[in-house]
Amino acid sequence: MKILYGMQKPDEGTITIDGEQVSLGSPGEAIDRGIGMVHQHFMLADNLTVLENTVLGSEGLHGIGSAARRKIQEISDSYHLGVRPDVMVEDLGVADRQRVEILKVLYRGARTLILDEPTAVLVPQEVDALFANLRELKAEGLTVIFISHKLGEVLSVADDITVIRRGTTVASVKPADVTTRQLAELMVGSELPTPETRESTVTDRPMIEVSGLSLYASDPDHGRRAVLDGIDFTIHEGEVLGLAGVEGNGQTELIDALIGTRHADEGTIRLGGEEITAWATRRRREGGIGYIPEDRHRHGLLLEAPLWENRILGHVTEEPNSRGFWLNPKAAKQDTERIVEEYDVRTPGIDVTAASLSGGNQQKLIVGREMSHHPRFLIAAHPTRGVDVGAQAQIWDQIREARREGLAVLLISADLDELIGLSDTLRVIYRGKLVADADPATITPEELGSAMTGAASGHLEADTAPQDDATGEEDR
Amino acid sequence: MKKFDSERLTLAAAGPVLAISVAVLLTSMVLLVTGNNPVEPYVLMIEYAGNIDIQVLIVNQATTYYIAALAVAVGFRMNLFNIGVDGQYRLAAMIAAVVGASVTLPSVLHVLLIMVVAALVGAFWAGIAGILKTSRGVSEVVSTIMLNAIATSVIAYLILPAQLGEAVGNNLTTGQIPESGWFPNFETEGGAVYGFIVIAALLGVAYWVVLNRTRFGFDLRATGASQSAAAASGVDAKRMVLTSMLISGAIAGLAGMPVLLGSSHTYSLDFPAGIGFTGITIALLGRNHPVGIAFGALLIAFLDKASATLDYNGYEKEIATIMQGLIVIAVVVSYEAVRRYGLRRQQQRVGEELAAAAAGNGENTKEASA
Repeated sequence: MKILYGMQKPDEGTITIDGEQVSLGSPGEAIDRGIGMVHQHFMLADNLTVLENTVLGSEGLHGIGSAARRKIQEISDSYHLGVRPDVMVEDLGVADRQRVEILKVLYRGARTLILDEPTAVLVPQEVDALFANLRELKAEGLTVIFISHKLGEVLSVADDITVIRRGTTVASVKPADVTTRQLAELMVGSELPTPETRESTVTDRPMIEVSGLSLYASDPDHGRRAVLDGIDFTIHEGEVLGLAGVEGNGQTELIDALIGTRHADEGTIRLGGEEITAWATRRRREGGIGYIPEDRHRHGLLLEAPLWENRILGHVTEEPNSRGFWLNPKAAKQDTERIVEEYDVRTPGIDVTAASLSGGNQQKLIVGREMSHHPRFLIAAHPTRGVDVGAQAQIWDQIREARREGLAVLLISADLDELIGLSDTLRVIYRGKLVADADPATITPEELGSAMTGAASGHLEADTAPQDDATGEEDR
Repeated sequence: MKKFDSERLTLAAAGPVLAISVAVLLTSMVLLVTGNNPVEPYVLMIEYAGNIDIQVLIVNQATTYYIAALAVAVGFRMNLFNIGVDGQYRLAAMIAAVVGASVTLPSVLHVLLIMVVAALVGAFWAGIAGILKTSRGVSEVVSTIMLNAIATSVIAYLILPAQLGEAVGNNLTTGQIPESGWFPNFETEGGAVYGFIVIAALLGVAYWVVLNRTRFGFDLRATGASQSAAAASGVDAKRMVLTSMLISGAIAGLAGMPVLLGSSHTYSLDFPAGIGFTGITIALLGRNHPVGIAFGALLIAFLDKASATLDYNGYEKEIATIMQGLIVIAVVVSYEAVRRYGLRRQQQRVGEELAAAAAGNGENTKEASA
């Protein structure tokens, strides 16, 4: 995709657009040729309005004033994007931001749209809305390249499917001719991984107990309000607690409060029976909390540092990275080699920067690093976001294996299949509260999706009374 | 793996070489535009620097610059801009001079006392900015610049004869430090080379060791590379800001020592000023690396000292000042360009190597990573 968008040059082969062979040296040229890309990580300035974000870099097209506004409105209306030009981007939700990204690309006159993992951050209802937008675009004669790991979505939205594995095309099929399973097998090249955890390993020994956890934020618009409101949950050894929710409903704050980058205003956190509410991040990490952050670029890696330094990050006070006051680069390097080997991080060496690895390999490195310190409690936020199917299966396996050995896991994910498949218990977070719980054995993604938007609460099974925590899990 | 290492080295050298070439080119253009010979000044300066006494001057000047630049670099490594090195070293030198002149101690202890006082005063002055930042969120850029101005006034007040100073002719000084408080110099045919150069070199080594071989250094670099990642990894950002500000200030405090302990032996109104700002240029030029900074310090010291000859030959010696300014601009631009190029290139290479490995067979991947 980087080649198609002009970010990288091909060594061989040609690109033909509208029958004309082209060579794309830069994203600018690609845009001139009508190719636009919507990145997985949004490229928007939070402190500018939608209008400003859209014209940024293309001031020459329609200026920055009323002509631009008219054009934006026109595009927005014709594809039913529902974009409001004067809203600040920071006030927009994820789905709206994505529509701004699409609008930006259309504004630049793109006729071919590349969407990289566009649904990774959306709930099912938002995905449907996105697909409706895409169909509008298609009806207007635009071409859409839709890159996704989610096969059901590919099957429902695409007219043609090309499967790429390790840099080569392995198949081109029509959605009508294949099933999800066949498609998945083409992608993986072997039997299909599933996130399902069959036998229960849940014990009755609580590992992490959170009670009455509240966190307040104040901003000029709303005054002081609770971003986390009386959160209660217990995760036992060997248990995976899945937390479902639309992004921005308090998940980030909950992670911050658990890892210690923000401290709870009310409530307590206990790890293995010991109260850790007042502990600093480093002490919590040393105490056995592993952390797979939701944004690996911001919280999990030093992008311009070599892999072995990234292996030290977060565990600088622990073996083998340091002895007392001194770092031990030699041991850290050796151990990085081991992680690269064991966790199948595809890299030519451990001295390359983290930025040069693909997202999946970066994530494998992070998972390997966290698992290497044998955590007692793992915070896994979107552990497989933007990761290819093979790596996804591996990460699931690793979480499952650690769980068998007694690890307690808090799994936060936007991938509902992953949540349902991997969790022993499910909870739903909505506006900073845990509003619902569900049994992953019986729940469907659609039911979960409606609870995530606040439409349902309590125990998500019609006939059963609301249950607390994992008490119902053992008899499953 | 060797490929990446040698390439990194080439890229590391490419930045400064590119910057200096561009600066030379632009300076020549300035000379041309003003109707001067665009090459002769360089020749004159290089010839002049061939004299051994000028070389001594350059080395001595570079020693001072080196320490100031290290102080700036400590901050830079964690994205902290200590613009206040200038005020810190001047105040430190003044107080240390007063203390040094007022005590009698055995030689080694005397020198040590002066150095410790200087480091503490520097750390204290920088610490004010550190505390303002951690407790009130005041930008250290603003507060250190203001502290520079305050330091100037404080010194002007303290050096009055009514306070700590004494009048010597037209000058005000803090009194002579007795000989037991002098740092021994290396005598050469070109004059005395500051013995303090040894301390400067040791500081450079310590800087490297602390940053690259200690937990503290790792935390500091991690904070500089990504504050959010460092926080998530357990670095206490506030403590880190304060500690590195104190260290930066302590080193800054020593920047006045080569002159104070090696030649002037007193703080007076004509004590060298502005070294803190030159230190910023040098830290940038040396990419915050102790060896790079050494080269940077020598280069800037060369421009300073060798440009004296231009005046005798019908050129303005401000040509050297213009060149220093151009170097700063060129450095900033070219380092960023080289950095981006390097990152992109490595990404590409990693991709290529992986593709090649995948095309061969699975075994190659393992070999490449071994």
